[in-house]
Amino acid sequence: MDGQRVKGWEARCIEEQPPACTTACPLHLDVRTMRDKMKSGDFVAAFAVYARFIPFPAILSHICDHPCQPKCRRAEAGGAIRIAELERACVDEAYATLRRKAQMNRKPKRIAIVGAGLSGLTAAFDLTMKGHRVTVFEADAHPLDRLLSDYAEVLPPSAIEADLGALTTLGVEIRCRSRIVGSDGPFGLDTLIESFDAALLALGPGPALDFASAVRLTQTGRVAVDPDTRVTSHPKVFGGGVHGAPDEVYSPIGSAHDGRRAAASIDRLLQGASLTASRADDGTTASCLYVNVAAHPSRPPIEPSAADQGYTHDEASAEAARCFPCRCMECVKACEYLKHYGAYPKRYVREIYNNVGIVMGHRKANRMIDSCTLCGLCDALCPNDLAMGEVCLEARRDMVDSGHMPVSHHDFALRDMAHSRSPAAAFARRQPGRGECAVAFFPGCQLSASSPWHVERVYAHLAAKIPGGVGLMVDCCGAPALWSGRRALHDEVTAGLRDTWRSLGEPQIITACSTCLKTLGEFLPEMKARSLWTVIDEIGWPDGARPRLAGPLAIHDPCTGRRATDAQGAVRRLAAGLGVELRELGGAELTTCCGFGGLASFANPEVTDKIVDRRIEESADDYLTYCAMCRDNFARHGKRSVHLLDLVFPSPEGGDPAGRPDPGFSLRRDNRARLKTRMLREVWGEDMADPTPEIALIVPDAVRADMERKLILVEDVARAIAEAEASGRKLKDKATSHSIATLRIGEFTCWAEYEATARGFLLHRAWGHRMQVEAKP
Amino acid sequence: MTAAPESDKPSGLADLVCGACDVPLEMGKVEASYLGQSFPVELPRCPSCGFVYVSEELALGRMLKVEQALEDK
Repeated sequence: MDGQRVKGWEARCIEEQPPACTTACPLHLDVRTMRDKMKSGDFVAAFAVYARFIPFPAILSHICDHPCQPKCRRAEAGGAIRIAELERACVDEAYATLRRKAQMNRKPKRIAIVGAGLSGLTAAFDLTMKGHRVTVFEADAHPLDRLLSDYAEVLPPSAIEADLGALTTLGVEIRCRSRIVGSDGPFGLDTLIESFDAALLALGPGPALDFASAVRLTQTGRVAVDPDTRVTSHPKVFGGGVHGAPDEVYSPIGSAHDGRRAAASIDRLLQGASLTASRADDGTTASCLYVNVAAHPSRPPIEPSAADQGYTHDEASAEAARCFPCRCMECVKACEYLKHYGAYPKRYVREIYNNVGIVMGHRKANRMIDSCTLCGLCDALCPNDLAMGEVCLEARRDMVDSGHMPVSHHDFALRDMAHSRSPAAAFARRQPGRGECAVAFFPGCQLSASSPWHVERVYAHLAAKIPGGVGLMVDCCGAPALWSGRRALHDEVTAGLRDTWRSLGEPQIITACSTCLKTLGEFLPEMKARSLWTVIDEIGWPDGARPRLAGPLAIHDPCTGRRATDAQGAVRRLAAGLGVELRELGGAELTTCCGFGGLASFANPEVTDKIVDRRIEESADDYLTYCAMCRDNFARHGKRSVHLLDLVFPSPEGGDPAGRPDPGFSLRRDNRARLKTRMLREVWGEDMADPTPEIALIVPDAVRADMERKLILVEDVARAIAEAEASGRKLKDKATSHSIATLRIGEFTCWAEYEATARGFLLHRAWGHRMQVEAKP
Repeated sequence: MTAAPESDKPSGLADLVCGACDVPLEMGKVEASYLGQSFPVELPRCPSCGFVYVSEELALGRMLKVEQALEDK
């Protein structure tokens, strides 16, 4: 897999992007995690999160200007989360648990900070936490003097005392009444520069003409600082505080951010690192996390019972619970496969890339890669069009090319494809008695296998209605080879189809299968494949009696036809024309897979069972499909389903069309073989005999169902028994009088336990394995 | 599968007889191989012709796990 491509895929998944509240906070407070803890009532843990980002929790929980709140997406569904009140409640309850310990630093540096405002003290805090020794010089009698006056109404002196106490406990030295001047005296800036490793001028408002000799000033007389790094014209001196842009408005959280950014630069300077490389402290930014706000019902904010007291514990928890929280997960919510592995595409893409890159060792993601149905639902839902199917298919191709594709995942499906392409099932003919062949019906290997009478009836109808000769091409489009990542095999199938198509005179292909329509359209565009449904929409159905339907039908579109809007429209018109009361299941664009797509059900039936079960629970109505595989998979899961063709061409065996059982893999093969012999005999007058079974084998329903789950074919078991009976190579169980036969078929060893009865061999059970065992002499 | 645990010995082994040789199966050394890897195991086999029996329990249990582990190597 190409690394650049992988990075592109990862970048498209925005699930790990921070939410709007976090990006709006200059200190990037992780509001979402804090709220998770508060929702569960663990305010101590919530406070630990808060205090990890916020240098002065007691002070800022009272006076923060909360740029986060106007950006809260809950505002669009009832009102923004009251983050300020949540912080207050959290700090009030858990401040006593504040524990901070500075890092050990073997070579601590000495830093002078001029100005004990929020900016200077935040820098002092950050640098002290990194193990440096910090001295703060304040001209006034008290640190944070501005807050005492400007926020007297909302900020209790006890909050300032608490946070300053915590700061000095960490080791910060604050020297008040120590005005630094622009000279070389004991309180001169030159002296500070000389005797400290770095200095920060975290000054208040007003010009700083006094420092003109040490650092360059702006035209307004303020210290000129680089806006990103806060460095001044002197490499050891940094600027901060309310000494930035002339139109600045004081913001407590902005001031803290200002100090934090200057401290980060100072730390970089002291470590000899670049001041500019890979900085992520650029303050307020926009969030690119997608949030489906419309999916959340509107809920108003929780009002505190005593307005002047703020939230109680329970009120704060309830308000925290009102947060969605902001996440994308659009694809994960809709897809049982993506949900099954417990993460989201960005993680999966990395896991898949790492899996493919393993040279020696256990490849843990093989089954995950092969469990995707390649259905395209994630692509349809993703705000950035990330298609996990594309990622998984690319990974499969890599696995095949490097010889690391697990044989067992696709072996059965590929053998089934080989059967449908083999002379036993595949054939192509022009219309009897017609030299020309304007169009050819390509039913698809699964319609031939599931309901062969549909192929016969549709062919007869098309041949009667369409002028210019109608051929028949019963074959496989090669989708299993494509889905399994086997490019060479898929190329071979495509080339074979092209040859057959040419031998018919290059007719336009009409297919009943949405997978064939998509696959042929992409790889054999010269066939100009079109959907059977659009053709019948034009030519109409044949006259005749129709089966009666009870009740409405919910329409399920095949996932491979997600983009085939012409066919979708035609099917709906045809169904309505047949008198069906149609109901939608969320629309064609957001349809789901039946489990067969991507061969996922062969690699991971646990996942595909979840996908199908979820789909069939969407409506209590019987389902209408126009894909044979979808219909049969629903039927196997107990969902009453009809194929569109069942509404016009009911089974010759009669019965309830929606109750038609899934034929299963063994019968599918028989159906294909019998379709070929019957049509060639009856339509083309060729001398064909139906295939005859080697032995009379009785397979009870329970055994047959068990074999379907184990992917063991009745014909393979029959061969094993026939060979055992002919050669005598078998086991006998004296206790039960049963016999046990075995046969190696390709990469699979099949076992059968059976007994001879008057009516034939009665099969008791079958099992198999891939490992070969051989007695050592 | 390098050892020969008791679990590989089917409970009904005493009743199993080789149809061709008409002798009871016995536990014996067998070579198991998959995807180019081979290892010795002890499984029921005919002492005369070497017909090896893989029970359903073994095939769908430990043998399947080893197959999957080898496929993911």
